[in-house]
Amino acid sequence: MRNIWTIARREYKLYFTSPIAYIAALLTLLTVGIYFVVIIYYTVNNSYYSNTAPGIDIVIGPLATVFLFAVPALTMRLLADEHRMGTLELLLTTPIKDGELVVGKWLGAFLFMLSIIAVTLVYPIVLNKLTTPGIDQGVMLSGYVAIILLTAVFLAIGTAMSSFFNNQFAAFFATLAVLIVFWWLIRLPTYIIQNDSINNILNYLDLNGRFTSMLAGTMSFSDIIYPISLTALGLFLSAAAVEIRRWR
Amino acid sequence: MIRAAGLTKDYGSRRAIENLTFEAKQGEVVGFLGPNGAGKTTTMRILTGYMPPTYGTAQVAGFDVISESLEVRRRVGYLPETVPLYPDMTVYEYLKFMADLRHLPNGDDMVDAALDLVQMEKRADGYISNLSKGMRQRVGLAQALLHRPEVLILDEPTIGLDPAQVVEFRNTVRNVGKERTVLLSTHILSEAQQLCDRVLIINKGRIVAEDTPENLQSRLVGAEHVVLRVKGEADDLLPVIAKIDGVQNAKLQPDGTLEFQFAPGADVRPAVARATIQAGYDLLEFHPVGLSLEEIFLQLTQDNTRKER
Repeated sequence: MRNIWTIARREYKLYFTSPIAYIAALLTLLTVGIYFVVIIYYTVNNSYYSNTAPGIDIVIGPLATVFLFAVPALTMRLLADEHRMGTLELLLTTPIKDGELVVGKWLGAFLFMLSIIAVTLVYPIVLNKLTTPGIDQGVMLSGYVAIILLTAVFLAIGTAMSSFFNNQFAAFFATLAVLIVFWWLIRLPTYIIQNDSINNILNYLDLNGRFTSMLAGTMSFSDIIYPISLTALGLFLSAAAVEIRRWR
Repeated sequence: MIRAAGLTKDYGSRRAIENLTFEAKQGEVVGFLGPNGAGKTTTMRILTGYMPPTYGTAQVAGFDVISESLEVRRRVGYLPETVPLYPDMTVYEYLKFMADLRHLPNGDDMVDAALDLVQMEKRADGYISNLSKGMRQRVGLAQALLHRPEVLILDEPTIGLDPAQVVEFRNTVRNVGKERTVLLSTHILSEAQQLCDRVLIINKGRIVAEDTPENLQSRLVGAEHVVLRVKGEADDLLPVIAKIDGVQNAKLQPDGTLEFQFAPGADVRPAVARATIQAGYDLLEFHPVGLSLEEIFLQLTQDNTRKER
């Protein structure tokens, strides 16, 4: 536990000296901010919508889309860069387990993303003031649980890709590709496949469907368990990749 | 203590080291000497728990490098060839990070002591990215010494240091080596000569010689070499010297000096000196040249290559 924390702390601090992290944070907050202002403005000035108050989904929806691109940028260097700088050799010869290293790396990135998410908490406060009788607290809670779980999954996939590839850009695009599969592509076959059992599996694996329903305020047990399992799988594969590196 | 038995490592189909067996005791500085690609780094990586051998076993500080890797890593200080540093950290932050990873109880004091040992305490708050190559090397060494390891493994530790720093570095290693085990690799042979109690010469993944630097030298030196320089041309002096009893292989060197050999125990130097003066030459220089480790090294590695053919 202590080793994980040591690695995570360093990683978290590193993001505050890294231009990529600042750009990612700026891009995220800018997108969410513009989206928010435009929607509010539109709703207030359009009499047709004035009876339906915007919900938390106008914040968390775009957040997820931006994370799709921000996460690969933030995770690409996690292990690939250690390899490039030769510091992986240092870390792998200190008395820490490969799993601790990988989880620490992931945790550092996760904490950084949580910091970005925390900044967006200003929007529900504003929304709450603007609407009567205020926003639904339950929906807000499930929305934030959804984005936090999604971030955990995205980062675990990014960590795994960074441990598979020595090259940061390879890690970036591989992460993006896997995220696109889980976010957009995986449910597409359900439109043409007639087999229900295959479709059930694909729908189960689809992150977007679960995310959307959580944004709407419905949350099932598997909505929580699935992203956590996927995160664990990603981290397990990363640790395995680091271990395999030793044997090569 | 390091004990390696039959270490072999294959990278795919390429065999990097083959059947290496050696020992390094506590209080001993052992030098790994060999050309690039001989397998020095591979061996060190196995001993530090970075990667397991394909065949063979090794014990470091009393623990098996495969089954008790974490215990080994706890007791080993390692300075890899490319000094592993984080440019975005200050020297102090970096060492503190390493101290935390190693769970050192009084991390701050240990960091200070390590900085003191490599004389970097004045640059503790500077960013690593701003350090010169020599200073980075010293920070790397501080990292390796930080937890006062029983076994210190240094891969080409003096590359990039200026001569004054090399002297400092050698003193540090010699001090550390008194009570601990030090294994260092180098291809600077004079360094091995000065620093090491024992030298392992490794070529193409195999140990080709193992002895003290002195023994290696005397084992291979068949004759004593002497260089002689006189004022002006030495051409006419050559036949005079060559005639003296016991002088062997007298020849003129391209730089105008005259070089000859004599069998150990049959010192012809007084006779040569007298003959030079009597022949009317002004004697400027007269000194023995030991066969350097460099030459021994070339001899051994070439012999080895020849045998393989």
